[in-house]
Amino acid sequence: MSAVVETSIINDETKKVLVEPLVTNNPITLQVLGICSALAVTSQMSTSLIMALALTLVTAFSSAAISAIRNHIPSSIRIIVQMTIIASLVIVVDQILKAFAYDVSKQLSVFVGLIITNCIVMGRAEGYAMKNPPLESFIDGIGNGLGYSLILIIVAFFRETLGSGKLLGIEIFKLTKDGGWYDPNGLMLLPPSAFFIIGLIIWGVRQWKPNQVEKADFKILSISHGEGGHH
Amino acid sequence: MEAYISLFVKAVFIENLALSFFLGMCTFIAVSKKISTAIGLGVAVMVVQTITVPANNLVYHTLLKEDALSWLGITGVDLSFLALLSCIGMIAALVQILEMILDKFFPALYHALGVFLPLITVNCAILGGSLFMIERDYNFGESVTYGVGSGLGWALAITVMAGVREKLKYSDIPAGLQGLGITFITAGLMSLGFMAFSGIQL
Repeated sequence: MSAVVETSIINDETKKVLVEPLVTNNPITLQVLGICSALAVTSQMSTSLIMALALTLVTAFSSAAISAIRNHIPSSIRIIVQMTIIASLVIVVDQILKAFAYDVSKQLSVFVGLIITNCIVMGRAEGYAMKNPPLESFIDGIGNGLGYSLILIIVAFFRETLGSGKLLGIEIFKLTKDGGWYDPNGLMLLPPSAFFIIGLIIWGVRQWKPNQVEKADFKILSISHGEGGHH
Repeated sequence: MEAYISLFVKAVFIENLALSFFLGMCTFIAVSKKISTAIGLGVAVMVVQTITVPANNLVYHTLLKEDALSWLGITGVDLSFLALLSCIGMIAALVQILEMILDKFFPALYHALGVFLPLITVNCAILGGSLFMIERDYNFGESVTYGVGSGLGWALAITVMAGVREKLKYSDIPAGLQGLGITFITAGLMSLGFMAFSGIQL
């Protein structure tokens, strides 16, 4: 059994499960899951990193736990069971943060608790862990967590460097008020900028991978001759 | 009374759950294609928010808060770490009960709101409202006001968003921005508009 598990760690299927959520099937830009916290905590890199780590761990461990008992959960109460497991893990994360990183935990305010209702965690539990064995579910959780982390880190990078000229508290651009050249863009620290940056990231990803482009509801017809549709 | 009015205005406009705290974004983006469905979901969120925030307030203040169990003669017990679990359990249970009551006594309303109710259990705006209530230590009266106000604010935001998106589908958008991308940019612009309220001093 252990030999099977060991070989399965490096096989193609596992690699696909781990790598696919990064770009080709990203939970945020394609599946529109878990955006709430992605927008709210990204005004600073340090909070984003903690949030990314917390979400990845919760997704991975909840997927593994749910998958381990998937054959014993009655389907009528499965949502409640999943939610209890996820909530317990989030409480553990919350308590650890309060004990060892109190300042960050204060800045993250309610958003650690909101991991419970983060659609990525529930989505992976319901969509993957209920049908697959624990190890695969764990890796799937890590993969989706990393996909989320990637977007969070990109957004936080732009918001913190452009908004305050710093990254992780280290000065990148010297600000005008300290005699430097960079005038910080205050908008970057406010909520709207997060929407704009994610919108632009989605645009970039879809330009790169055109198969993710959504179909328009209405097509604007060009009036040039020969496309009138008379056949 | 004035304090309640200012809390209400703050909850609806200045600290709008959807546009300044980004709560309930998943459903906000997914269910804002048509005004009629958006209003349905908005009303459902408002109703559930109005019930769950005060209910969670009662549970928190009578059972979980530090020394809250003193009415049972138990002191020195702090169960506040259980708040997350109890809030989400309370929300799930209340939504389920609400669904059953609507189905039994108000079939017309059930048909209008029924499809949205399961979505609401996992809506961050609902849980977020309760968690903000705990973090800011509202009393019962304030929690009722905050529940109604934040629900109304969310309903307002999704309805406006749906209105914009109904018009938006006739516009010529670059292929990569089609759908999700332009929705985010629109939400950003709306959020920028709502920022204007933050200058109001109450």
